[in-house]
Amino acid sequence: MQTNRYSLFSLLWEACRGNTGWKPAWRKAEPASAYDFVIVGGGGHGLATAYYLARRYGGKRIAVVEKGWIGGGNVGRNTTIVRSNYLLHGNEPFYECSMKLWEGLEQDINYNAMVSQRGVLNLFHNDAQKAAYIRRGNSMILHGADAVLLDQDAVRAKVPFLNVDDARFPIKGGLLQQRGGTVRHDAVAWGYARAADRLGVDIIENCEMTGLRIEQGRAVGIETTRGFIGARKIGLACAGNSSRVAAMAGLRLPIESHVLQAFVSEGLKPFIDCVVTFGAGHFYISQSDKGGLVFGGDIDGYNSYAQRGNMPVIEDVCEGGMALMPRIGRVRLLRHWGGIMDMSMDGSPIIDRTPVDGLYLNAGWCYGGFKATPASGLCFAHLLARDEPHPVAVAYRLDRFARGAVIDEKGMGAQPNLH
Amino acid sequence: MSAAFGQTFRVKSGNGVDVSRTLHFSFDGKDYTGHPGDTLASALLANGVRLFGRSFKYHRPRGLLSAGPEEPNALVELRDGARREPNTRATVAELFDGLIATSQNRWPNLSFDALGMNGMFSSILGAGFYYKTFMWPASFWERVYEPIIRKAAGLGRAADEGDPDLYEKATAFCDVLVVGSGSSGLAAALAAGRAGARVILCEQDSLVGGRLRDEHMALDGKLAWQWAEQARRELEAMPDVSVMTRTCVFGTYDGGTYGAVERVADHVAVPRVGQPRQCLWRIVARECVMAAGAIERPVVFPHNDRPGVMLAGAVRTYINRFGVAPGRRAVVYTCNDDGLRTALDLYRVGVTVAAIVDSRPGGASIAAEVAAKCGARFFPSGAIVDCYGRTGVKAVLVRDAAGKAKSVSCDLVAMSGGWSPNVALTTHKGARPTWHDDLCAFLPFTLPPGMAAAGAAAGVFDTAEGLHDGAMAGQWAAVRCGFEATLPALPEAEPTSYAIHPLFHALKGLAASKKAKAFVDFQNDVTAKDVGLAAREGFVSVEHLKRYTTLGMATDQGKTSNVNALALLAEITERSIPQTGTTLIRPPTQPVAIGALAGAHRGRHFKPTRLPPTHQWAEQQGAVFTANGLWLRAQWFPRAGEKDWLETVSREVRTVREAVGFCDVTTLGKIDIQGPDAAEFLNRVYVNAWLKLAVGRVRYGLMLREDGFAYDDGTTACLGENHYVMTTTTANAGGVMAHLEFCHQWLWPELDVQFISVTDEWAQLAVAGPKSRDVLAKIVDAPFDLSNEAFPYMAAAELTVCGGVKARLFRLSFSGEMAYELAVPARYGDALARRLMEVGAPFGIAPYGTEALGVLRIEKGHPAGPELNGQTTAHDLGMGRLLSTKKDFIGSRMARRPALTDPQRPTLIGIRPVNPMDALVAGSHFLPQGAAPTAETDQGWLSSVAWSPSVGSWIGLGFLTDGPARHGEIISVHNPLAGAVIAARVVDPVFVDPKGERLHG
Amino acid sequence: MRLTCPFCGSRGLEEFTYRGDATVRRPSADASQEAWVDYVYLRDNPCGPHRELWYHGAGCRSWLVVTRDTRTHQILDVRNARDVMLAERMSPEGKGEGS
Repeated sequence: MQTNRYSLFSLLWEACRGNTGWKPAWRKAEPASAYDFVIVGGGGHGLATAYYLARRYGGKRIAVVEKGWIGGGNVGRNTTIVRSNYLLHGNEPFYECSMKLWEGLEQDINYNAMVSQRGVLNLFHNDAQKAAYIRRGNSMILHGADAVLLDQDAVRAKVPFLNVDDARFPIKGGLLQQRGGTVRHDAVAWGYARAADRLGVDIIENCEMTGLRIEQGRAVGIETTRGFIGARKIGLACAGNSSRVAAMAGLRLPIESHVLQAFVSEGLKPFIDCVVTFGAGHFYISQSDKGGLVFGGDIDGYNSYAQRGNMPVIEDVCEGGMALMPRIGRVRLLRHWGGIMDMSMDGSPIIDRTPVDGLYLNAGWCYGGFKATPASGLCFAHLLARDEPHPVAVAYRLDRFARGAVIDEKGMGAQPNLH
Repeated sequence: MSAAFGQTFRVKSGNGVDVSRTLHFSFDGKDYTGHPGDTLASALLANGVRLFGRSFKYHRPRGLLSAGPEEPNALVELRDGARREPNTRATVAELFDGLIATSQNRWPNLSFDALGMNGMFSSILGAGFYYKTFMWPASFWERVYEPIIRKAAGLGRAADEGDPDLYEKATAFCDVLVVGSGSSGLAAALAAGRAGARVILCEQDSLVGGRLRDEHMALDGKLAWQWAEQARRELEAMPDVSVMTRTCVFGTYDGGTYGAVERVADHVAVPRVGQPRQCLWRIVARECVMAAGAIERPVVFPHNDRPGVMLAGAVRTYINRFGVAPGRRAVVYTCNDDGLRTALDLYRVGVTVAAIVDSRPGGASIAAEVAAKCGARFFPSGAIVDCYGRTGVKAVLVRDAAGKAKSVSCDLVAMSGGWSPNVALTTHKGARPTWHDDLCAFLPFTLPPGMAAAGAAAGVFDTAEGLHDGAMAGQWAAVRCGFEATLPALPEAEPTSYAIHPLFHALKGLAASKKAKAFVDFQNDVTAKDVGLAAREGFVSVEHLKRYTTLGMATDQGKTSNVNALALLAEITERSIPQTGTTLIRPPTQPVAIGALAGAHRGRHFKPTRLPPTHQWAEQQGAVFTANGLWLRAQWFPRAGEKDWLETVSREVRTVREAVGFCDVTTLGKIDIQGPDAAEFLNRVYVNAWLKLAVGRVRYGLMLREDGFAYDDGTTACLGENHYVMTTTTANAGGVMAHLEFCHQWLWPELDVQFISVTDEWAQLAVAGPKSRDVLAKIVDAPFDLSNEAFPYMAAAELTVCGGVKARLFRLSFSGEMAYELAVPARYGDALARRLMEVGAPFGIAPYGTEALGVLRIEKGHPAGPELNGQTTAHDLGMGRLLSTKKDFIGSRMARRPALTDPQRPTLIGIRPVNPMDALVAGSHFLPQGAAPTAETDQGWLSSVAWSPSVGSWIGLGFLTDGPARHGEIISVHNPLAGAVIAARVVDPVFVDPKGERLHG
Repeated sequence: MRLTCPFCGSRGLEEFTYRGDATVRRPSADASQEAWVDYVYLRDNPCGPHRELWYHGAGCRSWLVVTRDTRTHQILDVRNARDVMLAERMSPEGKGEGS
């Protein structure tokens, strides 16, 4: 079924006829008996994988199976930030690739995901942090990304209401990535779903994987709540549920599932024009186009599949917020919720084959999976199609832990809740 | 309609209002009067104000829908200046003298709003329209489209200045928490309280009673609200019961923890000095009786958002509690008997009831009686199919049972689609409520551990039953807490009937064009059409519907809209409501000020400040301070005539290298370790050998994490056979302590060893420089022998100083000079600094700060925080040879993995710019000379830099691929952020006294 | 969330820090590389009851073995970690390095 192409003209045309001609953004596909590629997980990464597999790698007979409704996991629960301000060689090329894909996404998929390059500003409060950000900013530039070091006055000019003077940890400056920003998160899932659907991908909702069928050491399909689905290649993109799904293949992963809370305030007239990250506490914030302040902080810090957290982190985040911007004291928190993060042991993701032939893994995104969505999809599609890692994802191998080639941006070691 | 003169709609003295006193306030610059007990909403309504605000998208004129926290329309900016509170619901803002409120999201003013024209384009601006356009050209999103959308969006304005008010936090513990003080909540609290349980009763309103105040009813022959007050008095007289009004329990968390916010001073103009505006309560309760009542549903019909269309229950609240008639001529539209009470209440206070539209097939029997009593036209099986009046209702179009439409003029529509139990607190932990057809409501099904729902919140809408249900819940909660509880005697209540028949919308049979703007979610302007469009586009899951249409995402979180939306979606997709499902309600149940959640932790009190023992003395010396974690440390000690910090620091460095200086190093972690297995324990946590450290000696130690990367370093002294004292870096003091406890308690519980942190017990001062021994000789008590022979480098001793003060002396050096660290009990730290200044004066002593400390250590090539960043290995730090191969220690195995021992890893080197005056910048990257700056040519980075007065050059430490083999090579130091490239020579990281002769002096 | 410390009683989450899986055991020094990689990096990460280590750093400084359901956060059991490990070492089937 062909869906409407979106444009101002289609919008006007439909308005004239009472909006009765809009078609479903994606078909409610029924599972076929077998596919070339089955992607498990209808989140941002899974849908992007299916899209790029079909679009860039000529993949045919592709299905995305999702246990609930698409986009119901972390792609619909995050704080919508995109950036490529990473330090390490293993990471920066990948995230910069993702940033470039964001920059052309809407035209590519014909869906306005509101990619807003409003800038991401990371504040520093002492000389050691400043040096670390200079190292990072320089690394970004060497990798072809953009970075600007702001001094205190420049920060004051850019975000005038920050508490610079009466602060416990005065702001000394910041590292700005102007190309970073925010993207309307749900639209990413829907946009990829719609675009993939137009390329013939079957998006099968309410279809939970319950087992993996392995014959002679090779994965040949998945058992689901809607029956067996055969597959030549199976890609797992299950985020917080990665360990559960991998266990069906008898695999243990270097991953713990943790809850990360996110917060939104009541809608306000715009006053925060970029993404601001506090350097002396766990707090980052942006303002959505609807006016809500979208903010977050640290993970709760304990293994959880519950998609909700507890008060200490809520208070910690709001303390950070008030320390940084005391004018939000009377602004009200409207909702808070949690998502399950696939926290890896070094804080960096895994895109790799597994020890089971035909089974591929995309996991370990920690709390940074949203910004990675396009590149994650592209690189996973590349791996599935070609059986070799995409050049920007060569570091994301599973065996890096055994080799010691960890990609530890924060230098926290094998302790997932510290990344 | 503009404001009338005076409170012309005040019809009687409401039970919650004190009409003997008058309060003055203003709205949109106009002055009004009201009374104590009024809300801003009731006071404005009394003054004849109908228009309160504008909706989010179409900027439609809006009035009051409700009388409580569920209000979606009447949002205002309350107060002004730094205390401006955007999006404040007029229905919960208590009136105080001098209150200032302003309407929001309108331009130029409330009655004429230019963006009201958005409504004309609603067929284009339907659900999710923005996903389909604004894509061309790509660069226009940030530059053109988004700024326009952002400006138009948003509701109120945040204050422009920091919040001047105070907030507090407190934790309370109880046996039984009762949420809500309506009939059920009060009965529950009485039952549990009389049993002796510790009870906290939280009521979000300023008065107890819930709907007992809102309804015209009697309990035990008295007015119901009087019984509520009597119950309150009884509860307050109980020693272990707290009645907390103005306290909203907003969230259910784990382990019986509930979040609540108390509005301590929101009902006054300005809090008293020192009084918090609000207090965040963490209430830890063994049992909870959730009796939060129910929220009435509107009916979805065309133009159901006109000012004057209100919830029927809210109309009764305004009449009974506030003594305000919300109109002069009313139409009641209901699908249940409860809604009919509205007609009687209106009639009683003299409001004309023009019509009763009862949607129930044939109408209910009592409806006809009520209509007759009120003199109202009666429309059984009727529906309101349109509503007229742009800024206030003027008439409605009523369709009768025969399908004929009649216009009925009115200025008030009281509608009731039935009541939705307020189940929010039961769903916060992930349990979904279940649909009950008989009550047309979602009821709690699985409850969080320790919680019971009672009364209307559990679907028990009758007052007598609600009292009983609450009392039972309170009784059982007390019993589960171990109290003997009985059911309290309860007051007699008149029986009521509900008899609901489902009514979610009145759109059946209306032509599509007629369905224009029948609102489901008022604030976010989500119409029935939007729900239809979303369904057509495949957004048929409730989660998708919510996200695609923004339904339920406004400040009221869909309290009045969710069920209607579900019902519409169910109808469109031909599913039942249970099949359609429901979204989870996220905490908080009502929006909570971020300031309250932050409490007192803001500004300079964001985190505690730790002060070293010499802080006060350093202040007197005019020191400049810097934050080092939570510590505040002296950064340098400027002297008169020094032109900048660099001159000061260079002078301090020279003082240490040439004479003697001292520095407070108390902040380093100090851990006292004792026990027969202490040496064995140290041997397992440090990479190097520890079994043979003699008493009175100190050793440097490096710790790895179990993953083989460097963790922390420091020295440990052996003070006695089974007694050691370890130092850690300042940053890791707490972490190392936890690590040691982990190793001992979990990995090696058989080892007989104990630790305690003594960081705060000892003031520790480093005394460094060639004259350090001369200075110390003046304060150590005889007969302690300071001679090089008796107390050589890396010696340690316990002794007394300054005439009997117990002390520990370590001959350690971070600066590379002959140096000591002297520890005295923390209370003597200040005195020790003063004494050192005194006795050291003849030797030219001067204090030095952390900056000079840093220069001195960089000159000596000692790694510190920037090098020990958690990403480096012992090999990277040039300490690979320290790793013992003869023993197991934390990290020993993983440190041997190939990637950690790869000789190509960037390794510690020293850096000297070819031009000594070229200032190095930490964070620069190392590239081969002449190489194009790319990621591929990046070979390492500069971690620490200093101007070295000793070398007469900028110097630095960094990590360079194959570094040690490249001493002498000239490389490029790139800082592309600043566009700077400096040529520099790779050198040994030890710049001063490479042979270490001065240490032993 | 609250944990009932065997020494301090019921205390709020903010007093504790979390380490993770309490079922992994540090291999002996001469164990295989694979065993070490497993110990340091691989986790069962169950959805359901989870035995895990917490540190009562703001209280008695005890390490605790907590059994907690990762779906509901319900605390099923709290024990002093040192006692757990000593008992394990004593028991005939005790695993771990035992050094």
